[in-house]
Amino acid sequence: MKKLLTITVMVLMLLGLCACNKKPEETPTPEPAPAPAAFDPSAKSEGVMTYSEFAAANLGDEVVIEGFVQGAQSYWQGAKFYVADPDGAYFVYCDGKGEDINISEEDYAKIVASTDYKEGWKGICDGTKVQVKGVKAEWSGEVEVSEATVTILDSEKWVAEAEDVTALLGTDALIEKMNKKVKFSDMTVEASKDADGNDVAFLYNWDGSGEPGSDLYFNVSANGTTYNFVVESYLCYDGSDVYEAVEALNIGDKLDLEGFLYWYNGANPHITSITVK
Amino acid sequence: MRKLLKVLFTVLLFMNICGCHGSLGAQVFAIPEAFDENRSYEISFWAKNDTNINQVNVYKKAISDFEEIYPFIKVNLKLYTDYSRIYNDVITNISTNTTPNVCISYPDHIATYKTGVNTVVALDELIEDGKYGLGGSDVKFDGPKKNEMVEAFLDECIIDEQHYALPFMRSSEALYINKTYVEKLGYEIPDVLTWDYIFEVSEAALAKDEDGNYLVNGQKIMIPFIYKSTDNMMISMLKQLDAPYSKEDGTIEIFSDTTRDILKQISKHAESGAFSTFKISSYPANFLNAGQCIFAIDSTAGATWMGSNAPLLDISEEQLVDFETIVKPIPQFDQKNIRMISQGPSLCIFNKADPQEVLASWLFTQFLISNSVQVGYAMTEGYVPVTLKAQNSAEYLDYLSKAGSDNKTYYQIKIDASKLLVDNIDNTFITPVFNGSASLRDAAGSLVENTCKSARRGETINDAYFDSLFEKVTSLYHLDQVQSIESDKDLGPLPTTAKILLGTLLVSWILLAIYGYREWRKQKTQ
Repeated sequence: MKKLLTITVMVLMLLGLCACNKKPEETPTPEPAPAPAAFDPSAKSEGVMTYSEFAAANLGDEVVIEGFVQGAQSYWQGAKFYVADPDGAYFVYCDGKGEDINISEEDYAKIVASTDYKEGWKGICDGTKVQVKGVKAEWSGEVEVSEATVTILDSEKWVAEAEDVTALLGTDALIEKMNKKVKFSDMTVEASKDADGNDVAFLYNWDGSGEPGSDLYFNVSANGTTYNFVVESYLCYDGSDVYEAVEALNIGDKLDLEGFLYWYNGANPHITSITVK
Repeated sequence: MRKLLKVLFTVLLFMNICGCHGSLGAQVFAIPEAFDENRSYEISFWAKNDTNINQVNVYKKAISDFEEIYPFIKVNLKLYTDYSRIYNDVITNISTNTTPNVCISYPDHIATYKTGVNTVVALDELIEDGKYGLGGSDVKFDGPKKNEMVEAFLDECIIDEQHYALPFMRSSEALYINKTYVEKLGYEIPDVLTWDYIFEVSEAALAKDEDGNYLVNGQKIMIPFIYKSTDNMMISMLKQLDAPYSKEDGTIEIFSDTTRDILKQISKHAESGAFSTFKISSYPANFLNAGQCIFAIDSTAGATWMGSNAPLLDISEEQLVDFETIVKPIPQFDQKNIRMISQGPSLCIFNKADPQEVLASWLFTQFLISNSVQVGYAMTEGYVPVTLKAQNSAEYLDYLSKAGSDNKTYYQIKIDASKLLVDNIDNTFITPVFNGSASLRDAAGSLVENTCKSARRGETINDAYFDSLFEKVTSLYHLDQVQSIESDKDLGPLPTTAKILLGTLLVSWILLAIYGYREWRKQKTQ
């Protein structure tokens, strides 16, 4: 009797403990996959704009685009990611807080191929196709799809080739490449000034007011003109290859760089990889 | 077997007792008799700066000076540039008991931190303590006494009738005006601007020539009025009208007819393009400095970015336009009754198992409100020291007197912004702080942002729109879940899980009672 009672009480207690747990969410039954069709990365669903149509739209217009996710910033006070198709590129901003963000953190994780939350954010993506509905907006010169609602599409993936835009630096034509995956060749690291006026190869934050984990700013030159580039920490966090590569730079190093051509009151490339020559 | 069962039984019993409760929390902090100086301490300080290296340098110097006075206390600095990040990290670290010792915070955030048991140290006894309190006999530096604090700022740190923070710096909002353009439009600038005035001038600034250039600046871009913080905008407008926002007990009152009227007024000017926000258009300072904005409302702590001669610039030299900048209070509904928000960082101390460590944290916190730190930090932006001792110090008065003597340390606009707050301390206000007040603040901003976006898109803004918006915002910010302290609402039926748990406990106790009774009967019969 004693044993029976004890075991009964234990079973009841276990039941009690289980009652404190959250009910697991039911997994929706996946729908059967459609028959495979010939893959065309330029193909759009009905009612979706081409890149040219998007470029021609006015600021404030509602837009619907489709493309392949090339990079994604961390899920923090909104979701921000870089989308491309063979004709052009877009910056998508699902603004808001918490449930106000029009893509769930779970769905966002599906479009970010190489993220490891424990190790830090490395939001380089492998080309998941998405449809984005939103409003064409401009923020400090950056043209984006804001107030975006995102649907992940069942499609083959596609990754854009980086386009070399070194020759366009300092020209008006560079803006045509906004948001694209781009590369810069044979650039030279130039000095930045730290808080004490010393020459350094990079700064944590634009004025050196940060610390490891902050955005990294560094100067590079081509043909005698110097440009300021950034490793955006929400895109490539402390510990990523590019972040560590910039921390190891020396003034005078020769580099090839790759990244997304973001715009902030002018060209502000978000660098994602560096090769020191 | 019996032993094993007993052990399992005990473990399960313990788990049932603890399972549905949170952490038991730390002991209430009690001030030690004496500070033990014969050991070493390592404390962490999580600090926020405005992406401003001068502020970082003030923090570093403060730590260095403090460690010289107390060489056995090492302070580790962690830098942030975003209050939300600090808040997020603190919340994460509360659950793992790895909070910092001292942390820059907003009172709204502290109200959430202190929902944990004894997580944040109540400072009242420390403030008053004869040995280690403000101006205490055993404090080794010249810190302020309690009566040398600005009382209004100290009172802002009261949550649930106790001080859970010390103010660190205070700022407000200021209206930065392109005076050149306002006069070009044919208007004179009054000492205190009204909302009607600012919207009228903003609409007038939208006139274009036949090529589509704005007449006032000759450019293709002009957003006459940009507000950086739309939560402050809504809160300030409601306060100026003495309209409801929230009560001290956490009752939400923002969804009123007055709020609708304010939003209707804003929507008209958002639709015309006369008004925009930071979230929609970007930093007001950038547009102001490029001659593309006439009225920019931002923190007084953003003054170093404002104006043609601003020491900090975010646009290229080629985009910069030459104009005269002046600083005024934010627009008012009643020019004779100025109301402006008080904001700025405060310092809270997290509780630890070792009261000596908490005392070390308290001494460092006090050091951060000593004159050298207060004056040093206030000079980095349009901040105001939180102590009368610093405000009246020769060094600070000398700093204020040199306004305009250069475009760096003594930048005119920055010092004008500081003076604006110093002159209006009695006109400042704060909003009630409770668990959920941070969400309400976000919701206030969201009302303005959503209305502006809808107006720009040409949506119909009417009562039906506001009904829907209020419902959406209430749900998104969980305002329907913010419980007022004195709420006597019916909480509804118990959840099923709670019923199962309570049932399990009841059955367990009944079985235990039966077992006990049988044992007692057995012993009696033997």
